Amino acid sequence: MSTATEAHGSAAAEGKKKAPAGERVADWADGRLGIYSLAKANMRKIFPDHWSFMLGEVALYSFIIIILTGVYLTLFFHPSMNEVEYHGAYTPMHGVRMSEAYASTLDISFDVRGGLLVRQIHHWAALIFLAAMFVHMMRVFFTGAFRKPREVNWVFGFLLFALGMFTGFTGYSLPDDLLSGTGVRFMEGAILSVPIVGTYLSMFLFGGEFPGDDFVARFYSIHILLLPGIMLGLLVAHLILVFYHKHTQFAGPGRKNTNVVGMPLLPVYMAKAGGFFFLVFGVIAAIAALFSINPIWVLGPYRPDQVSTNAQPDWYMGFSEGLVRVMPGWEINAWGHTLVLGVFIPVMIIFPLVLVTIALYPFIEAWVTGDKREHHIADRPRNAPTRTAFGAAWISWYFVCLVGGGNDLWATHFHLSINAITWFVRVAFFVLPVLVFIITRRVCLGLQRKDREKVLHGRETGTIKRLPHGEFVEIHEPLSQEQLHTLTAHDQYQPVEIGPRTDENGVERKISRGQKLRARLSKGYYGESGQIPKPTREEYREIESSHGHH
Amino acid sequence: MKKLSARRRHPLAALVVLLFALAATGGLYTAFAPAGEAKAEKQESSKSLAIEEGKKLYATGCSSCHGTGGQGTSDGPSLVGVGAAAVDFQVGTGRMPAQQPGAQVPRKKNIYSQDEINQLAAYVASLGSGPSQPTKEMYDPSGADVARGGELFRTNCSQCHNFTGEGGALTHGKFAPDLGDVDEKHIYEAMQTGPQNMPSFTDGALPEKDKRDIVAYVKEVNSDKSESPGGFKLGGFGPVSEGMFAWIFGLGAMIAVAVWVAARTAKAKKS
Repeated sequence: MSTATEAHGSAAAEGKKKAPAGERVADWADGRLGIYSLAKANMRKIFPDHWSFMLGEVALYSFIIIILTGVYLTLFFHPSMNEVEYHGAYTPMHGVRMSEAYASTLDISFDVRGGLLVRQIHHWAALIFLAAMFVHMMRVFFTGAFRKPREVNWVFGFLLFALGMFTGFTGYSLPDDLLSGTGVRFMEGAILSVPIVGTYLSMFLFGGEFPGDDFVARFYSIHILLLPGIMLGLLVAHLILVFYHKHTQFAGPGRKNTNVVGMPLLPVYMAKAGGFFFLVFGVIAAIAALFSINPIWVLGPYRPDQVSTNAQPDWYMGFSEGLVRVMPGWEINAWGHTLVLGVFIPVMIIFPLVLVTIALYPFIEAWVTGDKREHHIADRPRNAPTRTAFGAAWISWYFVCLVGGGNDLWATHFHLSINAITWFVRVAFFVLPVLVFIITRRVCLGLQRKDREKVLHGRETGTIKRLPHGEFVEIHEPLSQEQLHTLTAHDQYQPVEIGPRTDENGVERKISRGQKLRARLSKGYYGESGQIPKPTREEYREIESSHGHH
Repeated sequence: MKKLSARRRHPLAALVVLLFALAATGGLYTAFAPAGEAKAEKQESSKSLAIEEGKKLYATGCSSCHGTGGQGTSDGPSLVGVGAAAVDFQVGTGRMPAQQPGAQVPRKKNIYSQDEINQLAAYVASLGSGPSQPTKEMYDPSGADVARGGELFRTNCSQCHNFTGEGGALTHGKFAPDLGDVDEKHIYEAMQTGPQNMPSFTDGALPEKDKRDIVAYVKEVNSDKSESPGGFKLGGFGPVSEGMFAWIFGLGAMIAVAVWVAARTAKAKKS
């Protein structure tokens, strides 16, 4: 600080030779905002380099694109359900009566300069945003990057995903076209299925009977203000925590739990991230320019008496659609009331259950391991077989529901019976996750064995040698020190022991059910069937020393 | 005159009067419509010729399932009263003769000429009255009200055929077909006759003009000439195909770009 002032003073004394403009601006800003100390602390912040660490960036950038294009759309969209007769540029809709919301969306598509492109960028970016969050979440999951100290950030990320789903849904509903109206009707049905308060909730949300003339305006403020506002706050918190915790890195020589190896924020990472933003924007813009999305002009305005096939939500809500499509239409009629289990169970019980299962996982694993240490080295998925298997099973569960949600398109495109697909999904909902769990765990164990083999016996070279006595052997080449380190750097937990059932006096110890469950889970995770012991130094040495005997 | 008057209560008097009256009407008719008579007769004979020809075609191509007289068998329904429009639709779109039994008879290449189809239609129409083939002006889309057709389509058709007639699934492997390259006449006839799982929309339920508007709408939004202002349609199936595209190509491109960016990094110089 003081040196800066001195420099200033001397510059003023010299009178002629001023500091460059950029430096003067920076000085000015530093005097008011203290950017020098901020920059000093953060400019050399290190970010490790791996393509999978950029998935979150894809989500971040598509979110920015959504906000930018969304602002443009709000300039022309009328969130009103007043009925008007259309006389705009799209002739096949001439004279059709529709809500102002739908008419203004047609105007955005056909009369506003660049309107259709911006609408399509907005919608494609939304689909990619959610997909990017999904794969980012899976990257964090499979590498164990949710472990201490990042559990809270995992929950923030999960909330961003869940809120993103609902922001997307409310946005999809705004144009008040036949497709989105059917979606809103679906949601109304879900709300109505809630026992006792369902009808009241529905009346409250829609301001009376469905559809009423309020919901577009209400969804509008939810879509452009409430949910994005919360998401923006969560996003900032998410990023601050990433900064604060520092990024995880994969194991490798020189990479420790206490350091981060990579490129500094400025200039390398900033330049790459900035460039990556434009690449993401470019890809989305190209897709939006070439491929139609939600062509509301052929969907027609929403009328409760009309419906179309292929009425599905955007993909991130697709699993709830699937749950409802495959659920048997059970209902209970008693005392003049109907409890629609066919809707209530899938939408109000299983839908949140699917989501919360993955949200709570970090806490479950932390409880099972009892590990209170910080973890900054990312796991290879194979080195945590049970976790990896759980994640894969969850994904299969999710995708089975998605298949159910698109059962009609599976039927028409693969010439199958829609009833057969529905039954397949019903069975697979229960069976497939179990199968995927077992198979994934075995694959992980197999890969661990392979790693062990490689460490102890070297890489298979493919060179076959014939020994003097006629035997054929393949030459194995020992791994380099770096590779050996990378393959053996991971920790392996030992299963939790409850200890003896009785204490030293022969009195039965009190063991809580929780403890027993934890011990059983821990055995499943880290017992003999849960992991292959990584090679120890002694094993390696022994084999090394006996190598000459081959 | 007296003689006549005396017999006016004769039991056969009424018959005689009736004969006179019939003769007078017939005479008047011949007097006023002589040309029509000859034409009708000629038409009648050509029609019966068509029926004859149609019967032969029927015996070869259709009778094994629908019975020798169109009465139907366990393999095929009765054709009495289905009308010429149904024959024109089923044979004209290649659905009949059916290749094999199944959930639904699909469209295939039509091997009959239009003349042969007309003969078959004439034969089947002679079995019992039903809707006849529409004329060109009934289904010609030019000048029809497309916007109204759209509303009618969304009310009556889209729940099975999708918003723009891309088709959709029905139960147990049945389906509502894509209307993309279906002839205007055949769309009209399908509405008239309700083939397979489709309900029939009689002129009482859906007047001629409405059907023409619907045909015009389908041709506007779902034909080779229809525009897609947003770019490639991705099948026009709505959010499922869009979501799949976003995942495979959208996210796929993002990951490809991420891998590319991550691979091109500033590397510490190795000495």
